[in-house]
Amino acid sequence: MAPVVPVASVTTKVAQASKQRSRIAYLLLIPGLGWLAIFFVIPLVTLFMTSLQAESASKPGTYVPGIQFSNYTDALAEYWPQFVRSFVYAGLATAFALVIAYPLAYFIAFKAGNWRSLMLVLVVAPAFASFLLRTYAWKTILADDGPVTSGLNALHLLPDGRILNTGIAVVAGLTYNFLPFMVLPLYASLDKIDYRLIEAGNDLYGSPQQVFRKVTWPLSMPGVVAGTLLTFIPAAGDFINAELLGSTKDKMIGNVIQTNFIEFRDYPTASALSFALMAVILVMVLSYIRRSGTEDLV
Amino acid sequence: MPGGVARKVEDLRLVNLTKQFGGTKAVDDLSITSPAGSFFALLGASGCGKTTTLRMVAGLEDPTHGQIFIGDQDVTELRAFQRPVNTVFQSYALFPHLDIFENVAFGLRRRGVKDVDDQVIAILELVELSALARRKPSQLSGGQQQRVAVARALINQPDVLLLDEPLGALDLKLRRQMQIELKRIQSEVGTTFVHVTHDQEEAMTMADTVAVMNAGRIEQMGHPAEVYELPRTIFVANFLGQSNLIQGMKVSTGDVVEVSANGLGFRIPSKRNVAPGQSIVIGVRPEKIMVLDAHDESKLPAGHNRIYGTVTDVSYTGVSTQYLVETPWGQSIIAFEQNSIVGDRCELGDPVVLGWAPEHTFGLDPAEGLNAGLDHAVLELESDTEA
Ligand SMILES: Nc1ncnc2c1ncn2[C@@H]1O[C@H](COP(=O)(O)OP(=O)(O)OP(=O)(O)O)[C@@H](O)[C@H]1O
Ligand SMILES: [Mg+2]
Repeated sequence: MAPVVPVASVTTKVAQASKQRSRIAYLLLIPGLGWLAIFFVIPLVTLFMTSLQAESASKPGTYVPGIQFSNYTDALAEYWPQFVRSFVYAGLATAFALVIAYPLAYFIAFKAGNWRSLMLVLVVAPAFASFLLRTYAWKTILADDGPVTSGLNALHLLPDGRILNTGIAVVAGLTYNFLPFMVLPLYASLDKIDYRLIEAGNDLYGSPQQVFRKVTWPLSMPGVVAGTLLTFIPAAGDFINAELLGSTKDKMIGNVIQTNFIEFRDYPTASALSFALMAVILVMVLSYIRRSGTEDLV
Repeated sequence: MPGGVARKVEDLRLVNLTKQFGGTKAVDDLSITSPAGSFFALLGASGCGKTTTLRMVAGLEDPTHGQIFIGDQDVTELRAFQRPVNTVFQSYALFPHLDIFENVAFGLRRRGVKDVDDQVIAILELVELSALARRKPSQLSGGQQQRVAVARALINQPDVLLLDEPLGALDLKLRRQMQIELKRIQSEVGTTFVHVTHDQEEAMTMADTVAVMNAGRIEQMGHPAEVYELPRTIFVANFLGQSNLIQGMKVSTGDVVEVSANGLGFRIPSKRNVAPGQSIVIGVRPEKIMVLDAHDESKLPAGHNRIYGTVTDVSYTGVSTQYLVETPWGQSIIAFEQNSIVGDRCELGDPVVLGWAPEHTFGLDPAEGLNAGLDHAVLELESDTEA
């Protein structure tokens, strides 16, 4: 039948056009994929291969390619306390950052009015100074003869009589340094909440506390998840805070990796620790995201 | 309140309620009494302060001054969650993270009601959404969302239910259906409803009392028929339905006010006149006017007000015929004639006489200007014909 021919050719044309469009979409992916291949996948593979190297029998202190899984078990057996400490410190810092950042982000999103841009700039402003410098500043702030320590000592609140070179200082430094990464995502998701929903909650007999628990908090969950991840992940791998603010008893896994790489030149152990750290964080993050159920939040 | 069968129905009283936003008075010295169990409609143009009024009643906005009473209780100082009032919001404001069931159950759960299932299922049945109970609001159509919003408020059996244009997003058929439904629910639960709407037909058919609001004030309030038949300001005459308004001067007063306008004499019962001075605007609704061929003037009852003119437009709408008649002084008068007259209708260009009873005439104060409330009425008419 005559009309069928043009209809068919039209559909093939449409199909061709959409095929072409999807091909363009794939082309757009190439730069990103290239970047990832060169700067992420290749180093990762190298790192993994290094982590399995064995010490050369002829030349001690150098390493030859191998498949020595005991690098992992040995490293973990030796450094598990630092491993655990990393996650404890990072977890504490994340919790403190959340407690500090949530009210701040809430205030900026709902109450700050015309001051909101200024306040956001102030949140980010410390990042204009270098990370290292800021952490050094904390060394001064928390110094044994500094105002914070003397003040708390006067109140007999410090068991050891000091803050610097203790775990408290490391957690405080981590909390401070990663606070903006908590505030910004929280602000973004709180700001997205339609204030009329909170009013509706009040209208439906929800007290301010109930409305917070049942409306505001669940709606800010994407920000909470993003903020805790952005704080926890770098904090768990950080070594500067423990290096500058902690004692040798407060070392984190980042310090161990750094020492093994730079001082002992024990590349396989350092690589094995790095890889293990990455794997553990990945597993934790995935189960956390699954548990918090943020996928179906709008 | 919760689950009470023999619950007391309360009236709503607003006393000198005022809300100032910076320099603008959104609500200006408003005093309203909505009797217990009544259906109160608040009608007015966009931005006249309807939403602000409802928000003050709900407790979401603090009045600049004035008081709000529910029954004998002064609730002005109570927080929103402490008031026996629920709102159907103009924007629905459904919780996006909760499914329909949980949205509807929200109010009951906050008040600690243990077994909510039966009540939620019953109210969802009422708004015909039982099948969608486990969907999220974003998966519903606008009309379905609106029904959820109504159900979510109603399930709490509040003393006063505030509805802020709850039917605006519905198509005409669903809107009529929901109007009937709302009206039925209202007479069933006996709650005092305060219903804000743009749709005057909706206001007139549903409400026991309509209040026409303009720029933060109540222009006129009363039974729909009363407000329609006897508007007290030019704004109301133009805003609620249509009116023919003619400017004139009083000639004599007494039980009947005699008015001279454009060389013609008109009569108005003085109780239907509110113009204080010499100058007056007389008005008549289009359906009150009889349209007769000039030769048939003798058929007009004696004592009727009358105007002579020429037909410039005839539109047959089925139920009625709509005439536009131009007067010698260049004004267009609208008249609706029921299509029940035996014989010929008047035709384009015919000289006609328009007649109506003095008892259908109203006298208004001209101070507002003849166009008060008109722009909006025209818009309303256009959107009606679209629908
Ligand atoms: N939070 C606010 N701040 C300043 N002005 C406001 C605020 N809310 C309302 N207004 C002003 O008050 C007036 C009344 O607003 P309102 O929302 O009550 O109007 P409305 O009658 O509900 O209109 P619509 O029919 O368009 O919904 C408007 O002029 C509006 O601009
Ligand atoms: Mg409004």
